[in-house]
Amino acid sequence: MPYLDHAATTPMLPEAIAAVSEALGAVGNPSSLHGSGRDARRRVEESREELAAALGARPSEVILTAGGTESDNLAVKGIYWARRAVDPRRRRIIASSIEHHAVMDAVEWLVTHEAAEVTWLPVDSYGMVAPSALRAAIETDPHDVALVTTMYANNEVGTVQPIIELVRVAHEYHLPIHSDAVQAVGAVAVDFGTSGLDALTMTGHKLGGPPGAGALLLRRDIECVPLQHGGGQEREVRSGTLDVPGAVGLAAATTLAVQRRDEVAARVSALRDELVTGVLAGVPDARVNGHPTRRLPGIANLTFAGCEGDALLMLLDARGIECSTGSACSAGVAQPSHVLTAMGASAAEAKGSLRFSLGHDSTPADVAAAVEAIVPAVERARRAGLTSVVSS
Amino acid sequence: MTEPRSKTTGLRVLAAMSGGVDSAVAAARAVDAGYDVTGVHLALSAAPATLRHGARGCCTIEDSHDARRAADVLGIPFYIWDLAERFRADVIDDFVSEYAAGRTPNPCLRCNEKIKFSAVLDRALALGFDAVVTGHHARLVDGRLMRSVDAAKDQSYVLAVCTPYQLAHAIFPLGDSTKAEVRAEAAGLGLGVADKPDSHDICFIADGDTRGFLARALGAQHGPIVDAQSGSVVGTHAGSFGFTVGQRRGLNLQRSGPDGEPRYVLSIRPVDNTVVVGPRELLDADVVTAERVVWTSGAAPTASFPCAVQLRAHGTTSPATVTVEGDTVTAALGRPQTGVAAGQALVMYDGDEVIGSATITAARRLADMPA
Repeated sequence: MPYLDHAATTPMLPEAIAAVSEALGAVGNPSSLHGSGRDARRRVEESREELAAALGARPSEVILTAGGTESDNLAVKGIYWARRAVDPRRRRIIASSIEHHAVMDAVEWLVTHEAAEVTWLPVDSYGMVAPSALRAAIETDPHDVALVTTMYANNEVGTVQPIIELVRVAHEYHLPIHSDAVQAVGAVAVDFGTSGLDALTMTGHKLGGPPGAGALLLRRDIECVPLQHGGGQEREVRSGTLDVPGAVGLAAATTLAVQRRDEVAARVSALRDELVTGVLAGVPDARVNGHPTRRLPGIANLTFAGCEGDALLMLLDARGIECSTGSACSAGVAQPSHVLTAMGASAAEAKGSLRFSLGHDSTPADVAAAVEAIVPAVERARRAGLTSVVSS
Repeated sequence: MTEPRSKTTGLRVLAAMSGGVDSAVAAARAVDAGYDVTGVHLALSAAPATLRHGARGCCTIEDSHDARRAADVLGIPFYIWDLAERFRADVIDDFVSEYAAGRTPNPCLRCNEKIKFSAVLDRALALGFDAVVTGHHARLVDGRLMRSVDAAKDQSYVLAVCTPYQLAHAIFPLGDSTKAEVRAEAAGLGLGVADKPDSHDICFIADGDTRGFLARALGAQHGPIVDAQSGSVVGTHAGSFGFTVGQRRGLNLQRSGPDGEPRYVLSIRPVDNTVVVGPRELLDADVVTAERVVWTSGAAPTASFPCAVQLRAHGTTSPATVTVEGDTVTAALGRPQTGVAAGQALVMYDGDEVIGSATITAARRLADMPA
């Protein structure tokens, strides 16, 4: 069954399944003081060290969380609150306009409930944030900025942001900068230390780890107000009984994904190019979205004019080919992608887009099946036209 | 991963699943019939969460969840189709503008005409499906639209607007069953919606306050309430759109009629924003004119024919003689009907069979007509 939705979630690596399974069989709360507790703590700390080593961070910079959304919320809200507490003028958040909802909605919540202001950074037609745009946004008033947050690599179109340059600009003004690197870790080289980032979100299930386990990498000198209060297990920034199986699975998968990155990226990228070439041969007017070179290896986001993405998705699903119309929404209703519209697409173009995302277990047969199915699917979907759009 | 396709008769059908018990059982019966069934929930509200509270309609997030769970139980693929923009334009905006024009629309009927058996059906056919399955209580016998065997639940009235082409691509698996049988079957299948309450209200007016909804959409427009017999102003209103012909409650008149009898809304004149009231007997209509006629079998039986007409959803029928003139029909009623409102459908029946329907434009008393 061609599964081409790895950006949504990717199969767990066998090594990670083994590590999680083994940990599930052992009793012990890492906060307990007895032998079982100490054993559990040791497994968590070893995992933390392993994770830190794989990501170029110090172990003390790793805050284990329940995943990407929690990490994003913790970074955005926690740093906002901490910075505002020091200086009440700091109410402005500078964020890219192509953030995942976990960042975007956290920012919007702060605007609605915590008197925050927001400057959304524009992107170019490839979905890239320009460092000059960040500078211009800061320059309106460097003193009122609470934090900067820009995605590392976009989940819908795969464009990789110029993070080093963006960090440099933010730091020129002594502003903290967070990056959601959920899609980037394991796919492109991510080194927390050399990036200069103050905070970085990563999660396990996008790289072969277990769902529900992630981390926020947070520099020691960055203040962050907690979202959850309780035992204070993670540096007093995050409370909650430590998830030992999650931590070991996260560490095992991240280590392997980083180790194998060059090999897997090269293979996946070649398959992705094959997919794009094949689709364009069958549907010459399809348009490829995202940056041609500065992109994630596995994502192919395509616009099929005159189609609705969800009709295409259904037709492909019926043929066993699984892909996505962008980021899913709770009600399952496909809204026009804010990423594509930020890149200049019309609502109709955005609705006519499909994301194929390949991963570590993708095969040439998957690509061949997708290419074969896409042409009749597009023909059919074009006949159905833009049903949901009101013609004026 | 999708389930392998079930036993198939080659017919690919799209089951519209509202999240209610009827459409879930209809989908189940389509599966039993051996069709290749795909479930679809129509997202009709652009912001479903806003319609959540107290809603008993068919477009809340919970309803889409219920529909999804029913599809899970049936083992069929399930998707949500976003028809919110179309629904807004074709049903909600139409509803508001019809009221603004002094008419009383039926949004369920409009939804069937424009959404379920138009936008959805067209899309389904284009995508390779053969028919749309719904949980309407009505029968299709050799392409003829018939009332449900459950008279209390019969929905043939709101389906009568469908053309022969639309009906040829519709499947109503519930027409031979009573609602009680449908619920029992749902319980037997283990469907969680087996005892879910019926929806009664207009789905996009969650609190049931139609007048409040219209006031928000159109703004308050104060005007007079005039007595038909005396011609004098007997009250004021905040918008003629808030009234329906035949309405008695909520008029807040300073005084009742000269005879002390209650007053009813006789007509609405949007041109001068006037509501005309009068005694009950003036509500009776003998002659009803309707336009935009649709013949369920494709053509009028004859230029003039006897039949039974129904003038509102869940209303009783009256024997009538219908005369056809192009797009317009005139029904001479054998029994006067009360509170016939422009904008509602006039549906013509031959026994249980629907002959056709048209939109009511005027209702008069024979006594008022020129000789």
